[in-house]
Amino acid sequence: MSVDTATVKRVARLARIAVSEAEAEALKSELNAILGFVEQLNEVDVRGVEPMTSVIAMKTKMRPDVVTEGERAEAVIVNAPAREASFFVVPKVVE
Amino acid sequence: MSDLTGLTIAEIRDGLKAGAFSAKELTRAYLSSMAAARNLNAYIIETPEKALAMAAESDRRIAAGAARPLEGVPLGIKDLFCTEGVHSQAASHVLDGFKPVYESTVTANLWAGGAVMLGKLNMDEFAMGSSNETSYYGPVVNPWRARGSNAPLVPGGSSGGSAAAVAARLCAGATATDTGGSIRQPAAFTGTVGIKPTYGRCSRFGIVAFASSLDQAGPIARTVRDAAILLRSMASVDAKDTTSADVPVPDYESAIGESIKGLRIGIPREYRMEGMPAAIELLWERGKEWLSAAGAAIVDISLPHTKYALPAYYIVAPAEASSNLARYDGVRYGLRVPGDDVIAMYENTRAAGFGKEVKRRILIGTYVLSAGYYDAYYLRAQKVRTLIKRDFEEVFAAGIDAILTPATPTAAFGLEAMALASPIEMYLNDIFTVTVNMAGLPGIAVPAGLSDEGLPLGLQLIGRPFDEAMLFRTGQVIEDAAGRFTPVPWW
Repeated sequence: MSVDTATVKRVARLARIAVSEAEAEALKSELNAILGFVEQLNEVDVRGVEPMTSVIAMKTKMRPDVVTEGERAEAVIVNAPAREASFFVVPKVVE
Repeated sequence: MSDLTGLTIAEIRDGLKAGAFSAKELTRAYLSSMAAARNLNAYIIETPEKALAMAAESDRRIAAGAARPLEGVPLGIKDLFCTEGVHSQAASHVLDGFKPVYESTVTANLWAGGAVMLGKLNMDEFAMGSSNETSYYGPVVNPWRARGSNAPLVPGGSSGGSAAAVAARLCAGATATDTGGSIRQPAAFTGTVGIKPTYGRCSRFGIVAFASSLDQAGPIARTVRDAAILLRSMASVDAKDTTSADVPVPDYESAIGESIKGLRIGIPREYRMEGMPAAIELLWERGKEWLSAAGAAIVDISLPHTKYALPAYYIVAPAEASSNLARYDGVRYGLRVPGDDVIAMYENTRAAGFGKEVKRRILIGTYVLSAGYYDAYYLRAQKVRTLIKRDFEEVFAAGIDAILTPATPTAAFGLEAMALASPIEMYLNDIFTVTVNMAGLPGIAVPAGLSDEGLPLGLQLIGRPFDEAMLFRTGQVIEDAAGRFTPVPWW
């Protein structure tokens, strides 16, 4: 499988990364090189093989459903590039 | 005082205990070496005040007879580890200005053990790279140079700053991380020892995520023993990481010096690559001879799915990265580039914040996970991963104790030498190391010789899950036979 420039732009849109026309063109050949490389996986007979979900056999850990570190709004927001009081500020999303 | 930087961690421990020098003297010696080596670009940020305060506390503890296991040992920390109030940006522009309000479990364990933080080490952006050239802060220069040449070489990656700093004696040891070879490849390129422990051995809490099912932290050090000392402190069972394994951490150092007589060392035929340089072949042969001379049995084995590990990795790792890196949205931390609406703000922020290699991987990952392609790519890659792991399980079940391979297909290459190459050529650096991540196993790179140009080369040992002790025990035999390798200072 290979991708065209339109697909690169669509994927970039899904990934929320702005790409210029020239970048999309360059990415197209790079992505196709990688997709061509991974193509060899089609040689492998994977019939009846379970996909890996955990590399080391372990039970999913459970913890009590309680607040461990609450009431730390300032710590949560301290690295925000734009803030007001204890809120993140984003461009208007609802008209 | 500069000779203090030549001491191993084991020697530091003895010297501090005997009062031969103070922790503050030791830290000062490192700080002045760091200041004199800025042309290597190994450190992104130096933290001298913090270091001296920590060293002063170490001196108090030593005087009170209450020294901890790593008391006064000056360490460098890869920028991927969150350190409270200190630059932790994964060498990415997108995390500009980020100062965590918490500490990663691994570094918290090291500080609780008495270690001293010298600063944050350079790396490939988000740990994506094999040459440390994708860093927003510029490439790291390998302290090694080819014989008779002044051309700068890469230190490998992604933990290139860690490996270069340890080799150039700019820290006694360093933290590093390994998703496809990022501890072992730079260790091999710089003549240092690097171990990627079993998946789940070190907590991932507070380490900036790249590919969560593959990422593992480990140390880079100057000797096998030093790596064992560091790993014991770094590893822990951690409630903050649900994939942290509930397995007690042994005293790895006690495995060093144990005989390897009667051990069965597997030599996988699939690791003999076409076009492999003669020096690498020779190194591997010599490794077999050393282990055999120490009483181990050398056994030919087969890991038939080896060649599929790298292509499967280049589906699994980008897929997980595309998901993990979705959090860099210009809202919660780091860089924000304005746009007409919220989507344009995300797109502009991520376009300006991520470097080329990171974008490439996010896009591949987004593509292979997108509607209609999931089964053909991601699911198939995870099935292949099951087969890769099964290969290892079968040889271990047949009585193999450890597997010996080369660590890298070549010695360190020139800075910018791969600038025009296809991304695949750079990815091939991890051909011997990536299988280990795919199977979640421990792997150690130990320096074993020099190339024809006088550059370090490493051998890799792969072990059973949670049998890092076996790797230290066997790695020591290689170190004893090969000796240690130190670059001649030119910087």
